Amino acid sequence: MHKLLTKNPGQKMLLLGNEAIARGAIEAGVAVASTYPGTPSSEISLNFFQMAQESDLYFEYSTNEKVAMEVAAAAANSGLRSMCVMKHVGVNVAADALMTLAYVGVKGGMVVLTADDPYMFSSQNEQDNRYYAKLSGLPLVEPSSVEEAKDLIAYAFEISEKLQEPVLFRTTTRINHSSAIVTLGKIKVPQTKGDFVKDPFNLVTVPAVSRKLHVKLLENIEKAKEFSEASQYNFITGNGKWGIICNGVSYNYASDAIKELDIADNIRFLRIGFSYPMPEKIIKPFLKACEKVLIIEEGEPYMEEQVKAFAQEEGLILPIRGKAKDLFSRLYEYDPAQVRENIARFFEVPYTPAVKPDISDVPELPQRPPTLCAGCSHRATYYAVKKAAEGLGTIYPTDIGCYTLGVLPPLSTADFLLCMGSSVGTGCGFSASTDKKVISFIGDSTFFHSGIPGLVNAVFNNHNFTLVILDNSTTAMTGHQPHPGVDMQDFNLTGYGRVSIEKVVRAIGVPHVEIIKPYRVNKSIAALKEAIDYEGVSVIISKEACTLYAQSLKKARGKPFYINEKCKDHRECVNELACPAFYIEGERVHINADLCSGCAVCAQICPEKAIVPVRSKEKIRSS
Amino acid sequence: METKRLIIVAVGGQGNLLASKVLGEAALLADIPVRMSEIHGMAQRGGVVESAVVFGDAESTIISDGEADVLLGFEPSETLRALNKCNAETVVITNTAPLPPFTVAIGKGTYPDLNELQKLIRQKTARMVAFDAQALAKQAGNFMSLNMVLLGSLIQTGIMPVSAENVKKAIRTSTKKAFVDINIKAFELGFEAAAKAA
Ligand code: SF4
Ligand code: SF4
Repeated sequence: MHKLLTKNPGQKMLLLGNEAIARGAIEAGVAVASTYPGTPSSEISLNFFQMAQESDLYFEYSTNEKVAMEVAAAAANSGLRSMCVMKHVGVNVAADALMTLAYVGVKGGMVVLTADDPYMFSSQNEQDNRYYAKLSGLPLVEPSSVEEAKDLIAYAFEISEKLQEPVLFRTTTRINHSSAIVTLGKIKVPQTKGDFVKDPFNLVTVPAVSRKLHVKLLENIEKAKEFSEASQYNFITGNGKWGIICNGVSYNYASDAIKELDIADNIRFLRIGFSYPMPEKIIKPFLKACEKVLIIEEGEPYMEEQVKAFAQEEGLILPIRGKAKDLFSRLYEYDPAQVRENIARFFEVPYTPAVKPDISDVPELPQRPPTLCAGCSHRATYYAVKKAAEGLGTIYPTDIGCYTLGVLPPLSTADFLLCMGSSVGTGCGFSASTDKKVISFIGDSTFFHSGIPGLVNAVFNNHNFTLVILDNSTTAMTGHQPHPGVDMQDFNLTGYGRVSIEKVVRAIGVPHVEIIKPYRVNKSIAALKEAIDYEGVSVIISKEACTLYAQSLKKARGKPFYINEKCKDHRECVNELACPAFYIEGERVHINADLCSGCAVCAQICPEKAIVPVRSKEKIRSS
Repeated sequence: METKRLIIVAVGGQGNLLASKVLGEAALLADIPVRMSEIHGMAQRGGVVESAVVFGDAESTIISDGEADVLLGFEPSETLRALNKCNAETVVITNTAPLPPFTVAIGKGTYPDLNELQKLIRQKTARMVAFDAQALAKQAGNFMSLNMVLLGSLIQTGIMPVSAENVKKAIRTSTKKAFVDINIKAFELGFEAAAKAA
């Protein structure tokens, strides 16, 4: 049985934040869950995916976040508890549905989880999605710890049902990817069959209906404010005159700091866990009881703005500070020492920071950026594209996935990136605005997510560029989730359809379509040259399974290669392909047989034909 | 309860997340408060993986620069890179078998001299335990048991509030059945290696 389905209330388990959240949803009786995978949220849906196979939970990997939102919205409007999970930028994709769903509301509880990523550990921006609550008028809750995350999910469902509105649930990476000991609660048996009651004059958002619904939304915000003011997740500890207001993980850093600085007697500490609407009736008296207030929140001054507005309404002139040059930044994540130091500075208490070692004499260390795996098909494709486009001065719009790592030299096949699917739209734009050849790259999952409209646009407006679809039959970067082009039998699952990328591309009417096998280097270069020469939209589908995934499925792995004595040390393999299986020892290139996947790409580019497969029983060097 | 802070640094694929999970499970067995965090974005693509384990009465799950009680390094140059997490009281345990990043192979950077590296760490911290943990993992029967070797030496130092007994129990319950014996052996080899180094 899946460990998160354990029926043993009171049992303690070491859980990752994302596991605790998934468990929280199960305890709350979630019936329908949907997602598009995105770090740092991915393990929540992975656990849903697994649990759905052995419980009544309906779960789906939707093609993108907007679809996921719509699926969950319909479930909740059929009376079921539903949840949709995405990373912060996913909410941008889903926002169109979300903004009007706030007008329409829900019948069963619905929780929308947004996993924000301060410091951008694995994201293209660090937007603060608390503003989505303000923008949409939907209630927002945010936990400070792994344990709290589990319990807060059930609470979010309750609030959602009371208000008949979806509730936003915001985490940050340090909640998602922290672990702690969690006490299991009871699992509520979910209602799994929904019923949709027609009510078009409240559910079909034509202008006349929406004008009414907006009034209802504003009333709902007032009600939500009362919930926020009564919430056990907005609480005050201490009764000193120095005020601190925190949300999320900052609360932990501040709690530790108060202890370490031994200032608990002076502090009045407000933790905000229900952060939209902000609890006016808690904050105003809090401010009146303080001499000065420090607001600690990663990201934007979301609470600070509101707290200052409350102070203004009350005519209070106490110092209220948060974001400032000498205090907290809007950039990146915070850490315990930084919070401790700023608390000490603001309240003028003595503090000696830990003495960090003087590392001025430590030699500069070689960087260790993440890189495409040894034998990754993307490296092979990029190599072929660079050869095919040699001397053309190409622009390479790229997209989001492992293949973004093509940005690193020597491949250097990434010039522009905005968001999921942007390689296609920006490819259109660059081809319309410059004389340069444009070659865009998009992965298979990203193509389904949001590449298709761009390609339709390219055909309709007759842009002149080549789109290379890197089809490795999985959503590799976020942990190998399936997508509509995948054979679900690989997961031992039946009852799924399958969408062919090639058929989609041809149906769109792309005039030049070619499929390549990127491990066949010369053939691929030739096909790419033709596509590049083509005036108009051309698409190359580069098809080869993600090697890491193929290996994990124990699908055939080729024999490793090694470099024999014919090697004349040109180093084209290292300098142009840079497969991480290569290493230099004794001024010679070697191949680490443990890493080499046997893709044979390097063997095809070696001018001396010195790279050959290891014959059985032959002695090879491995590191 | 006194707070103890441990930083583990490794290269993606070296298995440090399993090491911290085992520590967490061992703490759970002994009813010791524990919080951990990990950054494993793109871990499988050869980048650096860092995890933090905080035992005792603390709410934070991350560790600031200069505040680690122990630094456990799975790869020597990564141990050196993480020196900013240490202070003069920190104990450092490191594997000495290098795994140079591919940037070195393509001529973008030089791998540090291993003797120099050890000297630097020793100078700047309270104590260093350094040995070829990769060799011991192979001796235990699987090069992937490197993480268990290093756990063994970590526990030998006695700084973490979890016992060898509980860690071994956790190894039995939370590592793959087929590898349990090798993992226990690896743990013991690491434990002995640290005892010898003392
Ligand atoms: S996980 Fe797959 S797609 Fe990603 S870098 Fe590795 S081989 Fe390439
Ligand atoms: S065959 Fe060559 S390019 Fe392919 S994985 Fe092995 S070393 Fe790398």
